[in-house]
Amino acid sequence: MTLFFLWTDILVWTLVAVAVTGSWMLLRSPVSRQKWIMIFRSKIAMASAIVLMFYLAFALLDSVHFKINKPNGGAPIVSLLDMAMAHQKDFSERTYSAPFATHEYTKSIVVDAAGKSTQRYLPLKYVQKGQMLSASLKGILAGMLIAVVLIGLHLLWRSKGDFSMRLKTVFLGETQLPWRTAYGVFTLMTVLLAWLYVMSFSYHVLGTDKVGGDVFYAALKSIRTGVLIGTLTTLVTLPLAIFLGVSAGYFRGWVDDLIQYLYTTLSSIPGVLLIAAGVLMMQVMMDNHPDWFASTIERSDLRLLFLIVILGVTSWTGLCRMLRAETLRIAKMDFVTAAKAFGVSKWRIMARHIVPNLTHIILISIVLDFSGLVLAEAVLSYVGVGVDPTMYSWGNMINQARLEMAREPMVWWSLFASFIFMFILVLAANLFSDRVQQVLDPRNAQ
Amino acid sequence: MLAYIIKRILYAIPILIGVNLITFMLFFMVNTPDDMARAQLGAKQTTPAMIAAWKAEKGYDKPLFYNTEASGIQKVTDTLFVNESLKLFMFDFGLSDANRNIAEDIKARMGPSLAIALPTFLIALVTNISLALLLVLFRGSVLDMSAMIVAVMIMSVSGLFYIIAGQVLFSKLWHWVPISGYESGWAGVKFVLLPVAIGVFAGLGSGVRWYRSIFLEQINQDYVRTARAKGLSEIAVLFRHVLPNGMLPILTGVVVIIPSLFMGSLIMESFFGIPGLGSYTIDAINAQDFAIVKAMVFLGSVLYIVGLILTDISYTLFDPRVTL
Repeated sequence: MTLFFLWTDILVWTLVAVAVTGSWMLLRSPVSRQKWIMIFRSKIAMASAIVLMFYLAFALLDSVHFKINKPNGGAPIVSLLDMAMAHQKDFSERTYSAPFATHEYTKSIVVDAAGKSTQRYLPLKYVQKGQMLSASLKGILAGMLIAVVLIGLHLLWRSKGDFSMRLKTVFLGETQLPWRTAYGVFTLMTVLLAWLYVMSFSYHVLGTDKVGGDVFYAALKSIRTGVLIGTLTTLVTLPLAIFLGVSAGYFRGWVDDLIQYLYTTLSSIPGVLLIAAGVLMMQVMMDNHPDWFASTIERSDLRLLFLIVILGVTSWTGLCRMLRAETLRIAKMDFVTAAKAFGVSKWRIMARHIVPNLTHIILISIVLDFSGLVLAEAVLSYVGVGVDPTMYSWGNMINQARLEMAREPMVWWSLFASFIFMFILVLAANLFSDRVQQVLDPRNAQ
Repeated sequence: MLAYIIKRILYAIPILIGVNLITFMLFFMVNTPDDMARAQLGAKQTTPAMIAAWKAEKGYDKPLFYNTEASGIQKVTDTLFVNESLKLFMFDFGLSDANRNIAEDIKARMGPSLAIALPTFLIALVTNISLALLLVLFRGSVLDMSAMIVAVMIMSVSGLFYIIAGQVLFSKLWHWVPISGYESGWAGVKFVLLPVAIGVFAGLGSGVRWYRSIFLEQINQDYVRTARAKGLSEIAVLFRHVLPNGMLPILTGVVVIIPSLFMGSLIMESFFGIPGLGSYTIDAINAQDFAIVKAMVFLGSVLYIVGLILTDISYTLFDPRVTL
């Protein structure tokens, strides 16, 4: 078993490193520290942040891959999440079954020993009956235990010695940040997940799909795809937008004309079509270079990477335009003139005096774009220019479930699972970005 | 005015050339015509002769930008770029890979696209603005707060779910409207009803929030305070002062998309089986028909630029401060 990095894994962990250093640098300044405390003072923002944290944790858990060298020659690549869910990954049923069902959803023809054929609902292979109550109890207790331990540790860390005092202020809601809400949401999420996890050993908690694959597992695996598209695209967008936007605003003249021409041209092409054109070309390119990837998982990963790059290259124009306008304004200010007078070089002025004053625009655009990108993935996968059809993603789940709605009776659970998973993520992202915008946007300052 | 419009149209030409250059690079330089031939013919048994034949049939056998074998002006004109991209300026879209006339197809499919997109646009505009005005009238109240929460929730659901839920509820369970299909004329109303309703509803959240924020920005201005001070009722203030002044930012966001309505909606049309330009594009993408995708990219950019010009013109009509 060896650690194996897919391309997107490398990017995700790079992003984590960038985010950690970025927030450390931001929080050094007391002003922005105060702003972030302001953001988290809102209970809604705190709760959303906790939910987003859970999604991020799943995405990261699914971004640590191992190559397992089997004696019979195969070398499957599995992630930590796959290992935790191995009981569902490796044991698939024959076909559809409803959530918590013990039998298949449709009747099959069975020929018994006497040669008589009857239509029966076949029992599911990997379901243990009668576990509902005991497994539920086990799951909920385990969830509680994990939540209590982790919250206790956090309380201990924040209490700076006086644990019972800290407990009291948190419980009464008298802390500066709404920790009570945070702990509440955390407990709720942990208990729910622990319950679903323990139950998934005895049942298919969200049913199975057409080929008998577990829907809960598929929905969990889709988290990585959604979160990656939402976050990594920004990693592509930001350098382009910041470099071009600030250069245009600072140098003006022909540099400005050229950059403006570039983004006007790009933004005049309808987004979906530009992405579609890019993805079509990427498909042809990948079909002609089968040597770029060794396995299906690597191929779908490469395709995800290309999709992220295409999304990034097509979506930097809006931010670039805003940064250019703001740079035009800042470049006229006294502190920039002073820096020039002191003989500070152009690039240093841009990096040290202009970009730090643009952080609020950049942060707002990161959080605003996230939910849009998660939703866009679903539409793009439907159009046929999204992630690889073999990859787990909410878009692919919806795409398959669409035809199942026409069945009689309806197969609703795949759609339900992708709906719930997506809705919670996007809602949390939207609520959080509202708050970030409210606090950081100077137009809202009193 | 006329001089300004001509200037703007001339301005659009370099942008459209840029658009063509980008699509050209995407379609012909990232992948050579040889790659496309291999992809179209199937990777297995392609001989160089077959590839050459396919390229000759599609006219892809010319050099990219500069033809050394031709003479005089033909050195530049007898190339792929001029043949494949610049002729788009004449709205000559050529033949699709399935040998159909693209321009004819586009003409025939514009109608159904508009039949969905135009009612959706107009109804959404009126509903969103009225709801936003209502919320601004009751700003800060429980109604306003709960409406904003509902708006965020509406925004957080993927459009695909609205379509699927709508089809299941209204067509499959209640049989109010047919599940998909299209007819031209008044007979088609029953097909149009559901897509329009879903389109309006799906855009409700973000729309109402956007208009509300525009009106709220106006409501704190001095002229509104003056209007209140002279004794106008709150409703009169809203309709006589806030709404007309809010129209300017609304124009910027709205006029620019009017021409693009011709392009139709990709997912709506393919879900409801409407033979418009949106489903045309999706079919082309699925069939990997580069000629159609290229034509649609060009058409979309032209319509967007027309939208930008219209925005500027509408400014002069609505804002007396702006003169051209």
